Amino acid sequence: MNSRIGYIAFNTFREAVRDRVLYNLVAFALLLSGAAILVGEISIDVERLVVVNLGLTAVSLFGVVIAIFIGIGLVSKEIDKRTLYTVLSRPVRRWEFVVGKFFGLTGTLVVNTFFMAVGVFLALLYVAHKFEKMDGWVLVALYFIVLQFLIVCALALFFSSFSTPLMSAVFTFALFVIGSLAEDLRGFAKITQGVAGGLATAIAYLVPNFSALNVISQVAHGDAIPGRLILYNSIYALLYSAMAISGAVLIFQRRNLK
Amino acid sequence: MNMTATGRVNLVAMAVLLFSMAGGMATLHAIDQLRRGSVAQEALYLRSSKVLRRLSLGYTGLLADIYWTRAVQYFGEQHHKGSGDFRLLAPLLEVTTELDPRLLPAYQFGANFLAPKPPNGAGLPGSALALMKYGIEHNPGQWRLYYNLGFLYYTELKDYAKAADAFAQGAELPVTNEFMPILAARMAQHAGEFDTARMLWFTTYQSTKDALVQENAVQHLRALQVDEDVTRLEQVVEKYREKTGRWPLSIGDLEREGFIHGTPADPNGRPYKLMPEGRIEVQDPKSLYFITKGLPPGAESPEPPRETEPNSKP
Repeated sequence: MNSRIGYIAFNTFREAVRDRVLYNLVAFALLLSGAAILVGEISIDVERLVVVNLGLTAVSLFGVVIAIFIGIGLVSKEIDKRTLYTVLSRPVRRWEFVVGKFFGLTGTLVVNTFFMAVGVFLALLYVAHKFEKMDGWVLVALYFIVLQFLIVCALALFFSSFSTPLMSAVFTFALFVIGSLAEDLRGFAKITQGVAGGLATAIAYLVPNFSALNVISQVAHGDAIPGRLILYNSIYALLYSAMAISGAVLIFQRRNLK
Repeated sequence: MNMTATGRVNLVAMAVLLFSMAGGMATLHAIDQLRRGSVAQEALYLRSSKVLRRLSLGYTGLLADIYWTRAVQYFGEQHHKGSGDFRLLAPLLEVTTELDPRLLPAYQFGANFLAPKPPNGAGLPGSALALMKYGIEHNPGQWRLYYNLGFLYYTELKDYAKAADAFAQGAELPVTNEFMPILAARMAQHAGEFDTARMLWFTTYQSTKDALVQENAVQHLRALQVDEDVTRLEQVVEKYREKTGRWPLSIGDLEREGFIHGTPADPNGRPYKLMPEGRIEVQDPKSLYFITKGLPPGAESPEPPRETEPNSKP
């Protein structure tokens, strides 16, 4: 990464911290510690399952919300505050600005996820009194959640490169919902014939597949995640993010900022 | 004391905030009283696991945990009230297990909630059976589910043959509990399937190095022999009566007429007793654990000392 991208990424991260984005960790900690203590009282024999399911679901949803609401403002905020012109008047290319913003936001989310992961493991230790070998797969689920953030950040940035913040949020959230139901969409495409079938198949492959990145239920039951799935999901997330960021760069390069 | 304008606004705002908060809570409490039971009824509107699965955006594990907790709370509340109305229990458990078919506690405890008669349970052994079968279908390697199924057949449905079958299936799994074959054999014994029971107890004896389990198997094999001997001897007595028109006066009568060869004895070597009206009894019932036949009228099968019966009861 060149130093200009690094600076922009670091500043994006610093700005997110200054905007008190990491305050969500307090809500997360309260949610998880409350669940860990309460679940034994109100349910039967599912303490570990609840900690893993609730913890990872919260990590994922908190992160997606942050990715969307920070991501959609990354470009528009700089234009509104006219700081973009200051940045671009320096030897910083437009693509470096977009890529730097992307890395800054994903960096924020990785740090956020790290602290949440610590919280999940502490809650696990609280309910189970010890770590087990199968708890290691929770790390894989967390890694997949980070991959999910890469895609959401890239999409938010893509939409914000040409649309208003509100519409960018709507588009990104809609794609998150559709992508979470990607397997249903594929199933629908398979049973549909003709032009509609072709269109459904094209859409099914174009929208991000978040369902493959969601292995929360499996790791909650201690299932192993195949190495090939880890590899393919990593490649898929990187390629999809690269695709969306490239689209954002292409649009931003042509955008009239006057 | 003079108060600034800002101070006055702060005071009024604080008072309105506290009043609104307290008033809101009181109103909500009144609404809850008015709509008592309607919160649980809402489960019926969302009982389609397919709809819930899509609404959950793939976070089905958490939703299943929530539904399971809701089922536990619902059962606990109805049970606490002494209500016989458990109509939402089966749908709640269905949704739970369809959202996460591998949530074992939902099957294990859920069947125990569903099967017993009210007020201890929902009195729905059929639903409990369906739940267990669904669980086994989706978790075929879990011996605990076969155990629960056998337990259900044994305690609620009194179907010993099917209980034995469930325990035997669970006993054949690669990862199982050493008492599964013991239970299977016991059920088969209750069902009168002596050969099955003998085979399972013999397998139990052979497949374990645990002295207590082996001793337990031996005791059951001895009981099985008594049960079978008594059954066979009573049939012979009946045949004697059909042929001669009278009850035999002693076991010796059966031998003299050629119905049996030699004097039959229990595993302790004590000859069986012929009682009035053709009943057969053992001489010392207290020395033969687990027997179900050959006992004096009204007597129950003696239980072995705890050290020879290592928690093998269902």
